[in-house]
Amino acid sequence: MHALWKILAEKSGQENVEAGEIVNAEIDLAEVNDLYLQVIKSFYEMGGKKVWDPDKVTFVFDHYSPTPTIKAAENHKQMREFCDEQNIEKLFDINKGVCHQVMPEAGLVYPGMLLTATDSHTTTHGSFGAFGTGVGATDLATILLEGELWFRVPEVIKINITGSLKKGVMAKDIILHILGELGQDAAVYKAVEFAGPVVDNLEMAERMVLCNMSVEMGAKTSYIKPDQTTREYIDKRVDHDYTVYETDADFEYDETYEFDVSNLEQVTAAPHSIDNVINVKDAGDVKIDQVFIGTCTGGRVNDIKTAAEILKGKKIAKGVRLIVIPASDEVMRESMKKGYIDSLMESGAAISAPGCGPCLGAHQGVIADGETCVSTSSRNFPGRMGSTGAKIYSASPATAAYSALYGKLIGGAE
Amino acid sequence: MRKGNVHKFGDNIDTDQIYPGRYLDISDHKKIAEHAMEGADPEFAAEVKAGDIIAAGSNFGCGSSREHAVITLKKAGVGAVIAKSFARIFYRNAVNLALPVIQIKDLDFKENEKLEVNLEEAYIKRADGSIIEFTPLPENILEIYKAGGVIPYYKAKHA
Ligand code: SF4
Repeated sequence: MHALWKILAEKSGQENVEAGEIVNAEIDLAEVNDLYLQVIKSFYEMGGKKVWDPDKVTFVFDHYSPTPTIKAAENHKQMREFCDEQNIEKLFDINKGVCHQVMPEAGLVYPGMLLTATDSHTTTHGSFGAFGTGVGATDLATILLEGELWFRVPEVIKINITGSLKKGVMAKDIILHILGELGQDAAVYKAVEFAGPVVDNLEMAERMVLCNMSVEMGAKTSYIKPDQTTREYIDKRVDHDYTVYETDADFEYDETYEFDVSNLEQVTAAPHSIDNVINVKDAGDVKIDQVFIGTCTGGRVNDIKTAAEILKGKKIAKGVRLIVIPASDEVMRESMKKGYIDSLMESGAAISAPGCGPCLGAHQGVIADGETCVSTSSRNFPGRMGSTGAKIYSASPATAAYSALYGKLIGGAE
Repeated sequence: MRKGNVHKFGDNIDTDQIYPGRYLDISDHKKIAEHAMEGADPEFAAEVKAGDIIAAGSNFGCGSSREHAVITLKKAGVGAVIAKSFARIFYRNAVNLALPVIQIKDLDFKENEKLEVNLEEAYIKRADGSIIEFTPLPENILEIYKAGGVIPYYKAKHA
């Protein structure tokens, strides 16, 4: 069995599971973000009175945080009341950040766990050896009632990443390249495991980028085998026993892909789909209006550091706006301590409170008709960041910073 | 036991083909049913008979997470959807709303072929009498089907 299958087997009390089988598995952590008041409504509609285990439930206010509209404020209010009433203590209010950064930082994510959240990028937590998957409102309400949910055991695809990365090429470039090659439907309803020497050498933040964006190929969940790097991250934070499952040597992957990234250059997903991937230098002369560095894909300390180093002592191009939103309070404070925030502000950046912000076109920097944005986020379909008449180029934080510097899409120093 | 005639569709039938986005503001289930599969076959809703079966290729139900896509098929009378593979959210929505969805890797049904689907015992009987077995659904999922979906299922359990 694959390690992910062993997690499902353990959580459903079975010896063995196989692909396609449906199991009923116990949930270790259920997260609700602030888009999903419907979870609470469905919970009551199903006859719910008390959540099954308040310690295993967490709410994170991130998409509309701090609240930009009265409606959002009312949603937050009702969610706070629900947490209060249900004794849910793990409420991460408007001062925390994006759920996929906040949960690992808070020590809630560990290898071998089964984590569900009302967000498609829950695949991110595979980078910690967890089984993380996004679910809808009805499913999450079911979990609140019962503490378990049915799952179809997914086939597993393995992606081996070999070679050595050129300087200035980031995890975001790797995953965009893979998406461009394999396409948006390469892993529908399947799990994606990343392995190989390149992955072994990535720090946690970069591994999270790979697993985060596996959902853009349709993946249900994602996986990187926990190692020393993983332990170093979680042992500081996690106060919970955990199991690292081993994939059996004779496990048959549904598909295995090899990617040698030695020749990989800076790439971008050009408008309007995330698998429309080209080398940045082949994108032509793309004038830009805004650069956004942030989100659960590209808003971590190393992303902000990369941008700060590129822009250090320089000013961004005239007519370009640079918005930097740290993915969490911890990211923001560390970036402040290290001087990155100050340096970026000196270069002309606007800094906003941790959260999703313009990633989903909610607030804090949505774009107008006819505008072009280079973004470190994971989605670039029409209207994602505001007007449907705007264009989004998804790229690495390094490419984003260079683009802000020169006022056009560019992957390195001119 | 569900009996019906096969309606064939290809790969990657997305939720916009199953239920076009321009009708998303409709909430009356009867009216929703009038647009079933409209994007792939405009005649489907008029032709489909209660119990009929959709047999499709891979990635059925990809695209948006709209529950309308399941509601429209259910209310139009579709008895089951058999496909080589399903997009994940469609699959979950289908189970949650009690529309039988069956995954079979190699399928070669003919248009209009008569099938009998036995969800409880996990087999399909073809007109020529041959039997195709599929991975059985666990007891609790079958219970959800029996109750008519997760909401009535849990309502009955927790009320
Ligand atoms: S940062 Fe963007 S992709 Fe990530 S959870 Fe928020 S809205 Fe979704």
